[in-house]
Amino acid sequence: MIAENKPCECCQEAASTEELYKRLDDVMKEYRSKPGGLIPVLQIAQGLFGYLPDEVVQRISRGLNKPYSEVAGVITFYSFFSTRPRGKHMVRVCLGTACYVRGGKQVLDAFKKELGIEVGETTGNRLFTLDVARCFGACGLAPAIMIDDEVYQRVKPTKIKEILSKYQQPATAEGKGS
Amino acid sequence: MPKLSINNMTVEVPDGATVLEAARKAGVNIPTLCYMENLQAIGACRVCLVEIEGSRDLAASCVMPATEGMKVQTNSPRVRKARRTVVELLLSEHDGDCQTCNRNDNCELQAVARELGIREIRYPGERSRRTTDSSTPALERNTAKCILCRRCVTVCSEVQGVSALFPQNRGFKTVVGPAFCKDLNSIACVQCGQCAAVCPVGAITEKDQIDQVWAALDDPTKTVVVQTAPAIRAALGECFGYPAGTLVTGKMISALRQIGFKAVFDTNFTADLTILEEGNELLTRLKTALVDKQDAHLPMFTSCSPGWIKFAEYFYPGILPNISTCKSPQQMMGAVIKTYYAQKLGKKPEEMFVVSIMPCTAKKFEAQRSEMGRDGVPDVDVVLTTRELGRMIEQAGIDFRSLADGQMDSPLGESSGAADIFANTGGVMEAALRTAYEVVTGRPLPFENLHVTPVAGLEGVKHAEIKIENTVPDWKFLEGATLKVAVAHGLINARKVIEQVQTGQADYHFIEVMTCPGGCIGGGGQPRSTTNDVRKARMAAIYREDEGKQFRKSHDNPAIRKIYEDFLVKPLGEKSHHLLHTHYHERKPF
Ligand code: SF4
Ligand code: SF4
Ligand code: SF4
Ligand code: FES
Repeated sequence: MIAENKPCECCQEAASTEELYKRLDDVMKEYRSKPGGLIPVLQIAQGLFGYLPDEVVQRISRGLNKPYSEVAGVITFYSFFSTRPRGKHMVRVCLGTACYVRGGKQVLDAFKKELGIEVGETTGNRLFTLDVARCFGACGLAPAIMIDDEVYQRVKPTKIKEILSKYQQPATAEGKGS
Repeated sequence: MPKLSINNMTVEVPDGATVLEAARKAGVNIPTLCYMENLQAIGACRVCLVEIEGSRDLAASCVMPATEGMKVQTNSPRVRKARRTVVELLLSEHDGDCQTCNRNDNCELQAVARELGIREIRYPGERSRRTTDSSTPALERNTAKCILCRRCVTVCSEVQGVSALFPQNRGFKTVVGPAFCKDLNSIACVQCGQCAAVCPVGAITEKDQIDQVWAALDDPTKTVVVQTAPAIRAALGECFGYPAGTLVTGKMISALRQIGFKAVFDTNFTADLTILEEGNELLTRLKTALVDKQDAHLPMFTSCSPGWIKFAEYFYPGILPNISTCKSPQQMMGAVIKTYYAQKLGKKPEEMFVVSIMPCTAKKFEAQRSEMGRDGVPDVDVVLTTRELGRMIEQAGIDFRSLADGQMDSPLGESSGAADIFANTGGVMEAALRTAYEVVTGRPLPFENLHVTPVAGLEGVKHAEIKIENTVPDWKFLEGATLKVAVAHGLINARKVIEQVQTGQADYHFIEVMTCPGGCIGGGGQPRSTTNDVRKARMAAIYREDEGKQFRKSHDNPAIRKIYEDFLVKPLGEKSHHLLHTHYHERKPF
């Protein structure tokens, strides 16, 4: 899984897993003796690998001499850490009360069907990750969804194909010019 | 020394004491769920709330310092109401099928609900997510019964130094368990069961195997025999209302006979056998080092405690050659029953069914290690913990308290006092020294009553030095040497000793490690709750048992002499190698 790395942001050249591990080890060296170093190391690791695969988590546990159970506890506590690969775009469907009663669930089902994935999963082309949320403060125009930082309101299940199409072109999934 | 008032009674407590401790001193009971004496006071469960005059909020007494002039009410209407609410909320998400729960009638949550007089749950909530984990041979987990008290987390990290458990996720989805909610079997867990010993509810328990034993007893093709570990006799009574430290050896034997075992044997016998094998192994290693000047992998570590073995396999694979190759007494007994004793009966090994009663959940794991048997026949078939035996006796309808005393069967039921003390931290060391010193010098170990007091007791790491003088001719090379020994219990203390050895700060020859605090008497399968007072009472009982024995040293046990004459020939001989010794292998912690 880790073989398919995100391209290096600065020089557009894919770093090998070995190189990424080496960078992670360097980062850990710096943080090892600092209290509270775990969260920054996890953030950097997620930046390097795109997510936190188990092998990376285990390496961090060894490198920082922190129990695996505790590192996993911290990762699963914060929603901004992900242990599964994440797509380029984050689709979040609101299931807050207002959205829920006004058809949020149907919208979610339509996304599942259209993308062919369950909540928390990522499409095979690494383009979309589907998630649910609890209120973006757009209750007045429910049901709402959010793709990356953009909020869409009064979403109808029939409209989602159109919304998604905006994100499907061009072939940015391969990371050109992100 | 602050003085304060608890329910209008004045009590004086040491500086730094909490309100909970002050109340206990005043004879006032405050319910607790997350608190553990000497180990954990985190104010998490809020069951121990009290009212403090002049303070607006109720306080968690387990973390509230007792201060001069404080006025505390532990039983006001406000306190009762608040505690009830706390417990009702716990119950509202709890998988409360008490009748089918391992902890039925011996559950701290049940007890607190009863003490608080809870008759209805006003907040019917969504039940916690249920995931069950039966992946290991020793333990069962059910997260829907977990009250998130964190006792297991603290014990696993601070007492055992394993840190297998930690809260995962957050909010309602929180689960206390291994990393990423994996199964216990897929992470580095040593199966010690200390988590199960402190869990207040049925969220982590021993794997109940009583029905497998009933089935074997019912099988006419099996000859079912039982062995009992040294630590059982000092704790089983607690399952039947006896105070901690009551020796119930005779009643235990009678109960096992009534259950229907064909023979009742004593793991003590193979504890004596272990001393002969392991004592000789130590002396041989010393000889290799001192006379042949070769690497003999010293210090040698004891090998009786399977949690410790698994711990070393995960975390210190480099010291595996230093661990004695002796199987544990439980496994030696299984091997001897299925060979020596089976031959006497004219039975095949596979017709014998060996049940062990152990204070330990890791023994369940040990029994099914592939090294522990021959030709697909395991040395030991089923291991029951002390707690399971207590329940099995109850299931059999036996009135334990009215039983007469029984006797162990011959020949595998005879033992010396040195075997009894295998139950206590420091005991294997003492037993080994009683024999080794005498072999080398021809004189008894020079300690009062043969007790090596420097290595006894609840201190985490203990050590002693024994000067060897006037040796018998065979052991001349040890003349003038000083034997340095150490004893650790609780695996966090094993870590300390190993690190001392690895960094060259210590040059011990022989190190005893027992997985559980206090040794086997504090094992993860013993009756709950094992506090330090309970440990001390059980340890004292074991020393009484030792002192009451006709023979106090393993090599004096006539049945041991006989098994060497008739069967094994000599310690570390061909047969011993085949039946009584084993090897270890590295395990990856991830
Ligand atoms: S843990 Fe206690 S309260 Fe819960 S079901 Fe078991 S016995 Fe009942
Ligand atoms: S059995 Fe021992 S090592 Fe395993 S989780 Fe429980 S306390 Fe930790
Ligand atoms: S498993 Fe038991 S000891 Fe561990 S947190 Fe849950 S209730 Fe507490
Ligand atoms: S016992 Fe005090 S908060 Fe749990």
